[in-house]
Amino acid sequence: MHTILHLDHITKVEGDASMDVVVEDGKVTNVKFAIIEYKRFFTEAMRGKNIAAIPAHLSRICGTCSNAHVMASITACEDALGIHVTPQTKLLRKLVMHGLVSRDHALHLYLFVMPDIYGKDAFLDFDENDPEQHQLLHDGFNVKAAGNHLSQLVAGRSVHATFPVIGGFLQFPSVEGAAKAIEELKAARPAVLRLIDIFMKAPFHLDRKTKYMALVPDDTFGYIGGKVITSKGEVYEQKDFRSQLEHTVLPYSQASAYTYKGESYMVGALARLNLAKDKLHPNTKKSADGALKLFPSTDIFHNNLAQAIEILHSIDESIDILSNNVWKSEPVIKVPMRSATGIGVIEAPRGTLYHKVVIDDAGIVLDGEVIVPTGQNQVNIERDVGVIVEGLIKDTPKEKINMEIEKLIRAYDPCMSCGAHFLKIKWKGK
Amino acid sequence: MTEVMNDHWQEWKELFDFRHARVLKSNNIMDNFDIAFIEGALAGPEHIEKVKDIRSRSKKLVAVGSCAIVGLPAGQRNTFTPEQKASIDYLLTRFGALPEVKKVSDVVKVDVEIPGCPMDPNVFLNKVNELVKELREK
Repeated sequence: MHTILHLDHITKVEGDASMDVVVEDGKVTNVKFAIIEYKRFFTEAMRGKNIAAIPAHLSRICGTCSNAHVMASITACEDALGIHVTPQTKLLRKLVMHGLVSRDHALHLYLFVMPDIYGKDAFLDFDENDPEQHQLLHDGFNVKAAGNHLSQLVAGRSVHATFPVIGGFLQFPSVEGAAKAIEELKAARPAVLRLIDIFMKAPFHLDRKTKYMALVPDDTFGYIGGKVITSKGEVYEQKDFRSQLEHTVLPYSQASAYTYKGESYMVGALARLNLAKDKLHPNTKKSADGALKLFPSTDIFHNNLAQAIEILHSIDESIDILSNNVWKSEPVIKVPMRSATGIGVIEAPRGTLYHKVVIDDAGIVLDGEVIVPTGQNQVNIERDVGVIVEGLIKDTPKEKINMEIEKLIRAYDPCMSCGAHFLKIKWKGK
Repeated sequence: MTEVMNDHWQEWKELFDFRHARVLKSNNIMDNFDIAFIEGALAGPEHIEKVKDIRSRSKKLVAVGSCAIVGLPAGQRNTFTPEQKASIDYLLTRFGALPEVKKVSDVVKVDVEIPGCPMDPNVFLNKVNELVKELREK
């Protein structure tokens, strides 16, 4: 028997993707996860622009994790120019990432995944008259708002940030703004504990062995700085990240995929928790003690639990940073232009994000490259879909299988807008 | 738009029947719309067909954000140098993309524009409220 499952325009994810699964005699023989958004040639359009324009340009790759592209691009540009930023800038950048991670993960967990757990079509379909669902509706928008407001305070906006620039920040949080943010973050904390509890008990599981990879900062659990570490104990510098990856060609997808030493691997919240849970904030460790015992985990659905724990860490570390610092106005560091190549690696909410920029001695961009988390997870997504379908194909209706495939894809939290920005694809075969 | 919802989801839950929003729900219905919101530039022939179809089903069509209103940044490829154009040509051909990226108003009549990247939430709310008022008065 020959069956083809086709899912067009997968819902409740960032952007547009489709899926084809071919099953022959009960065996999955082919899985194609295709990112169907058209390429926008962001890296080609970098050429000829002044380096100062690059972070804002590349932030437009994505309307959701935009600020991750801002931070990765700034890091790459500073690497090219040899700029070392102040301790205050480093702290403010941590807050930018915490604002981003909390609102981005909350969007995904409440609006995209939560309906699967409660058997609803949409988060807004939750019943206001049911006390539990009523609570979750309010929780979801409150947690998102707390992250959004933190981003506005520190970065100017929660997408396409205006305050962070190459060499520092243009504006600084006010005392009143910081106090208000602390209050909101504290108020959101109980909601996040409920969120962790829900994802700890969530009934979806898929155990799979893979390699995990993440940038792990030297100090606390976070998203900027440090070295790239794998679950096999390999450690390397940010500048060597790209050379470790092999470009895998998927002719049916508008995005590139990657493998590491010939193997597929996973990046994202699950990888970070598996590799660095010991660095989480002490309050997070205490409050999420039970959930943290599940890590390291090989259950892909624990990526959602890991995201919930990361929101708590972002809240706890942001409260700490905002409570213990008074922000002073600092000039942006300016240096002479030079001919150079810069690399910026950060942890975006969905995983390791790589930016490269090549400039001439007038600061004009000659070349660039961007590698996004979704491209790195794509090969794993396809393999896991194969496993799920093979387990269900015998006695499950097609609609149900489609739902299970969507659930699995959502667990990875892919971002198709990011996936479809690139140009440099070397096609082989058809 | 999902951030504007943080403050307005309760009134929207009452006011709006979200018929088709893949980012929010799986069971989407494509019938007739009071207001259709279009984000994004048009890069492939099926985008043009889709927007024309949405226009025919909608009383009001709103273009949201720079991509929809001016076609940028995706439309940067329209002004690439001949060398740059030559280097991306095989990819446009492979995926059947339009030779030039278009903005929504190149293809259909746009009733209201909410400009910016990102769009301004206050402008968005004002325009939406005006449209709701207008539709109710009819």
